[in-house]
Amino acid sequence: MPGKILIVIPCYNEEASLPLLLPGLLATTLPQGYQLEALIVNDCSKDNTSAVAKKHKATVIDLPVNLGIGGAVQTGILYARDNGFDMAIQLDGDGQHPPKELPKLINHHLETGANVVIGSRFLEKEGFQSSFARRMGIKYFHWVNLLLTGQQIYDSTSGFRLFDRKAIELASIYYPDEYPEPESLVVFSKAGLKVAEVAVVMAARQGGQSSIRSFGSLYYCFKVSLAMFFSFIRKL
Amino acid sequence: MLRIQIITIIANILFILYISRLIVKGKLREEYAIVWIICTVFLMVFSFWTDGLELLRKVTGVVVAANLVFTGFIFAILIYLLHLSVVASKLYNDNKKLGQEIALLKEEFNKHLESKK
Repeated sequence: MPGKILIVIPCYNEEASLPLLLPGLLATTLPQGYQLEALIVNDCSKDNTSAVAKKHKATVIDLPVNLGIGGAVQTGILYARDNGFDMAIQLDGDGQHPPKELPKLINHHLETGANVVIGSRFLEKEGFQSSFARRMGIKYFHWVNLLLTGQQIYDSTSGFRLFDRKAIELASIYYPDEYPEPESLVVFSKAGLKVAEVAVVMAARQGGQSSIRSFGSLYYCFKVSLAMFFSFIRKL
Repeated sequence: MLRIQIITIIANILFILYISRLIVKGKLREEYAIVWIICTVFLMVFSFWTDGLELLRKVTGVVVAANLVFTGFIFAILIYLLHLSVVASKLYNDNKKLGQEIALLKEEFNKHLESKK
């Protein structure tokens, strides 16, 4: 059963890492019969992200206003829905998610039928593991997720994730705006979608800056906890 | 008429003129102007009717009239701020949808143009 896979790459000022990422991505060997399209969602970058991406044969969507990561990913999801893609895989533009790990996500989806597959760096604890404070934060979200959804998700903040058709349909209607990763899992679980994790090896970012830094991290934890709770009690 | 009455009445008139000007110039939508007009009317009534505040104070059982004014206005302001937050949230959502729609359309349009070449 051949299918089309959309790689959604939300980008904000990633002109430095895209020339490394895109060629590797387009050269990735996928399971038999699968085709890949790379989609750059340019979230109002101030640099040449858009031009660089076009040069490397990626489809580019230029957002007219800055929407943040959630809005950018959702734009990619909408594109996937409207253009009949069977799967969408979100991947960070900063090179943290090596394209050679893509088949792991796809194979895991094909084997288990999970609607959402998260590439997790903590299942086998290989590769870049992030800082101590950040790992603590991620552990905390693991517990919140367990409490709210009853599912063990060890890397709920991972932005390396696969959506199947059902997940695409849902995420195109509702996807959180700011720091969407942990919250969206609550939404998916509530809708009865199956969320699974698969071990991947991640790299440290190759350029750009994380949106979560220093003082912001406290705000991040609080905001995301609040959002997760309200997603939990909200009717879908 | 007391000096303070004259001052508040003049201030009220200037305020209502400014609101009207904003509406006329299209900088303030009528639905948001309503609350400001009501505020001015309220202030105007109490500028003329000086015993009114004393009466309200007795009715509500507040000891100092000034406290009644502050409490009332702070509460009204809080409610209005909350309303504005709701409006801003709705605007954000609408804006997001518009942005996404435009970006997707632009992409489709460019693809179409290129296929025609």
